[in-house]
Amino acid sequence: MRRSSIEVGKIDWLTVLLYFGLALLGWLNIYAAVYDQDHASLLDFSQRYGKQLLWIGTSVLIIIFLLLLDGNIFQTLAYPIYGLSMLSLLAVLFFGKEIAGARSWFVLGGFSLQPSEFAKFATALALAAFLGNTERDLSLWRNKIIAFAIILLPAALIIPQPDPGSGLVYLALVLVLYREGLSSSYIMVGIGMAILFLLSLIIPLLYLQIGLAAVAGLIIFIGRKIRGFWLRVVGLLALSLVLVNSVDYAFNNILEDRHRNRINILLGKAHDPKGIGYNTAQSMIAIGSGGWDGKGYLEGTQTKFDFVPEQSTDFIFCTVGEEWGFLGSSALVILFSILFFRLVHLAERQKTRFARTYAYAVVSILFFHFSINIAMTIGLAPVIGIPLPFFSYGGSSLWGFTFLLFILIKLDSFRWQTL
Amino acid sequence: MQRKYLFYFFFVSIALTFIGRLFYIQVLKEDYKLSALNNVVRVEKVYPGRGLIYDRNQKLLVGNQSAYDLMVIPAQVRINDTLGFCELLGINKEDYIERLSKAKRYSYLKPSIFMKQISKGDFALIQEQLHQFPGFYPQKRILRDYMTHSAANVLGFIGETNERYIKEHPEYELGDLIGKTGIEKSYEDILKGKVGVNYRLKDVHNRIMGPYQNGAYDTLPEPGLDLQSTIDIILQEYGEKLMQGKRGSIVAIEPATGEILALVTSPSYDPELLVGRRRSLNYTRLYRDSIDKPLYDRGLLAEYPPGSPFKVVNALIGLQEGTLKPSTSYTCHHGFHFGRLHVACHCGTNYPIALRTGISKSCNNYFCQTFKSIIEKYPTAQEGMDAWSAHVQSFNIGRFLNNDLPTGRRGFVPTADYYDRAFGYTGWKAVSTISLAIGQGEMLLTPIQMANMTAAIANRGYYYTPHIVKGIGGKPIDNPQYTEPKYTTIDSSHFPVVIDGMFDVFETGTARGSRLESITMCGKTGTAENPHGQDHSIFVAFAPKDDPKIAISIIVENGYWGSRWAAPIASLLIELYLNGEISRPEMEKRMLQGDLSEEYAKQLIEKYGESPTDSTQHEAQ
Repeated sequence: MRRSSIEVGKIDWLTVLLYFGLALLGWLNIYAAVYDQDHASLLDFSQRYGKQLLWIGTSVLIIIFLLLLDGNIFQTLAYPIYGLSMLSLLAVLFFGKEIAGARSWFVLGGFSLQPSEFAKFATALALAAFLGNTERDLSLWRNKIIAFAIILLPAALIIPQPDPGSGLVYLALVLVLYREGLSSSYIMVGIGMAILFLLSLIIPLLYLQIGLAAVAGLIIFIGRKIRGFWLRVVGLLALSLVLVNSVDYAFNNILEDRHRNRINILLGKAHDPKGIGYNTAQSMIAIGSGGWDGKGYLEGTQTKFDFVPEQSTDFIFCTVGEEWGFLGSSALVILFSILFFRLVHLAERQKTRFARTYAYAVVSILFFHFSINIAMTIGLAPVIGIPLPFFSYGGSSLWGFTFLLFILIKLDSFRWQTL
Repeated sequence: MQRKYLFYFFFVSIALTFIGRLFYIQVLKEDYKLSALNNVVRVEKVYPGRGLIYDRNQKLLVGNQSAYDLMVIPAQVRINDTLGFCELLGINKEDYIERLSKAKRYSYLKPSIFMKQISKGDFALIQEQLHQFPGFYPQKRILRDYMTHSAANVLGFIGETNERYIKEHPEYELGDLIGKTGIEKSYEDILKGKVGVNYRLKDVHNRIMGPYQNGAYDTLPEPGLDLQSTIDIILQEYGEKLMQGKRGSIVAIEPATGEILALVTSPSYDPELLVGRRRSLNYTRLYRDSIDKPLYDRGLLAEYPPGSPFKVVNALIGLQEGTLKPSTSYTCHHGFHFGRLHVACHCGTNYPIALRTGISKSCNNYFCQTFKSIIEKYPTAQEGMDAWSAHVQSFNIGRFLNNDLPTGRRGFVPTADYYDRAFGYTGWKAVSTISLAIGQGEMLLTPIQMANMTAAIANRGYYYTPHIVKGIGGKPIDNPQYTEPKYTTIDSSHFPVVIDGMFDVFETGTARGSRLESITMCGKTGTAENPHGQDHSIFVAFAPKDDPKIAISIIVENGYWGSRWAAPIASLLIELYLNGEISRPEMEKRMLQGDLSEEYAKQLIEKYGESPTDSTQHEAQ
């Protein structure tokens, strides 16, 4: 095996360009979000934009480091990295510092680190290593179980922090399994479950159960000629009834009030723009007030005067919407979409299953973040606190995504050598 | 099918969903832009200084002082420490809840006043901590600052607009201060100035972050114009002092201009009572005082039968109609007798007297004869009555003055129609209405009409509509309603003999006790019968005789007879106004100490159970 070196010509510069484009746009918007005339210096490290500049700078070091590494090292070290990451997730539950009600952070000196941000690329590596190693067949139950275990372990460790948003991200990796041969019925069942989940929140339980039974009866009637058909339908019906009942139970007994309220507001069952719905209401006001072409850079009154909470982290898209308007925010959506298409393109051109699986894991995670984050700011999803990749303020988050993306870029540039 | 297409499908559908949604909330829907504006822009009204009010000698009567209203926008209120907030404002929690729910009832999103008229000193403390309580902010207000304790009825007071007023005057907002009575009300448009508007950016904590759009939409307040009142505050204050302990009114007019020199009503109140945080308490107290009625301006609103002073007008009408000559003599036999009708007289003469003496002795018989011959000059009593009535009305009696005082009454002059209806038949005669001859009966005049009538006599036949403001914004008024004379139907040639008679009232007649060597005064006493108690003491006068500077009417309710209270008070006021000092301390002392409250109390006891309202004022039907 050859020693690796950076081969400039082999790097996918379009992706790198998109990465820096997004990071710098993000920085500009963080500057706008926390902007005030008293602290106008760009390099004021007491301010978030100053710190973010520092995170971007250090990310460049991470990028150089990753590109200098041997391309094989990721597959080799995938499991140890995953193991370490899981240990850190376990440790943070006990030794982490509680910030804003969640035990998600290690604080060392003045420096804080969020291990769940790094668990994403670790899990992606482990999943890729598992599927890439010996051409595992996902139709085998054993493989399925291990693959799901790799995905669900970090989620199980993160949700109790509590940080359900970051935990949910791992569900996106089911898409990777689909790409690698998991039966499409899983996706169908997943979508079906999602629909049943939503229905059970919107429709009163009794009506839903009656409705499901009626639909099942109709299907049995149509397919009455097929032998044994009714048995399968009844089985599905039973499963559906269990699901809707457990959703109802979970919604009313397990979820905390704030989560329940967020969901209720999104579903239009509760209206409370001053209370729990405040974030979404203010976020939509900020974005909606941007109009066609926005109020202009640093002119956004809603974000500048702190009407939108968390506006440099989870709600950074509000600044874009308010100051750059429909044109700017659509452009950002398109920019992200280009990145996703490009990453799928990169994934498909990989020569090894490890690299391909990893690439799909990257695109799935990024796409999930993007979709949920923006949907939340424009009132299409409940308030789930996850950042917009490369864009939102935060060192751990930027570093985590940098690792995630540039391991892929390294693998991609290295693909020629694995022939 | 390659499985990557499912990814492509997801990417495209999410991107399209987002772009569609963004287009909807950013381009199509306007609500969010409005909400955003509501979030960050606070409209601050900058109230201009209200116009100042001076007296006729440029003495400042009403100035301004600033205070603060604490405003609340219920939708923005987020208070964690309610107790601390209440402590800061010095209210209790129930009070807080009540004030807030009152504001909510008006509007959730529009500002309402949470606490009114907090003085500058008190507010400094509140201001420091206000930023902890989102939803509350201060608004500077201009309050009145009175330099005098008198003339409350003339100056009037300001108060908050109510919802009905706003409906009719959309330029005002709920809680704006407007003139409610007096000059403040009638000159509201001039005094109020123009409210300035500042658009301010505020952040989520309700802190002011700067002007909106660099102040492009801001307007500066324009102060109201100053007014120069016609009031002579020294005369006014002295009049109020003399009326202490008595009910009634004084109206003094400068005959040459119609300017009201003094407009005293008694009892009155200190204008300062209606300023500041205790205003509503004080106002309720004044408003509910149904015995003294301090808010009731007797000079403008009370209507009395004029009594004897009206004999002068009857004399003038007789002269004009030709039924009376200065030399016409009648002999009084202790009154006027006609059939079974008898009008008593205490003039004390039993020899023929001519007009001049008739006036100075206030002979009832003389004027009954005069009145009878006026009416009987015409073929029917109806025609005679209407001719007489027209003359009386030319003195602006029986109709509104239409001047710059916000309230007033018509008074009442009967006509032939009125008596046709009152008697129920048309065959009545002059003697049926004979009490009009001596100013009794159905006639009613307000004190200001009596003063105006006196001014018309002093001017020998014309008057200027009495008014209360002589200059606006440093310029004299030019409204023809006040600057052009209005003529009575009496020729000026008929006045001298009547005025001589009024002169004799002080020299040898009923008011000789109030005579003053240095000033030639003319006047006429009156004693108006009053079914509810003692007669009213009435007096009208003007001086000096040949160049009248002041015409005055005085009514002291239940003051027994004219020369007892009204005449000396008139004489003192005229002396002060023309000479600038009082030379008769004995008379002054007697008047100041005069107190009729026992008489009023007696009346109240007599009436108790009969009628809950004070009916010493006669109301026109």
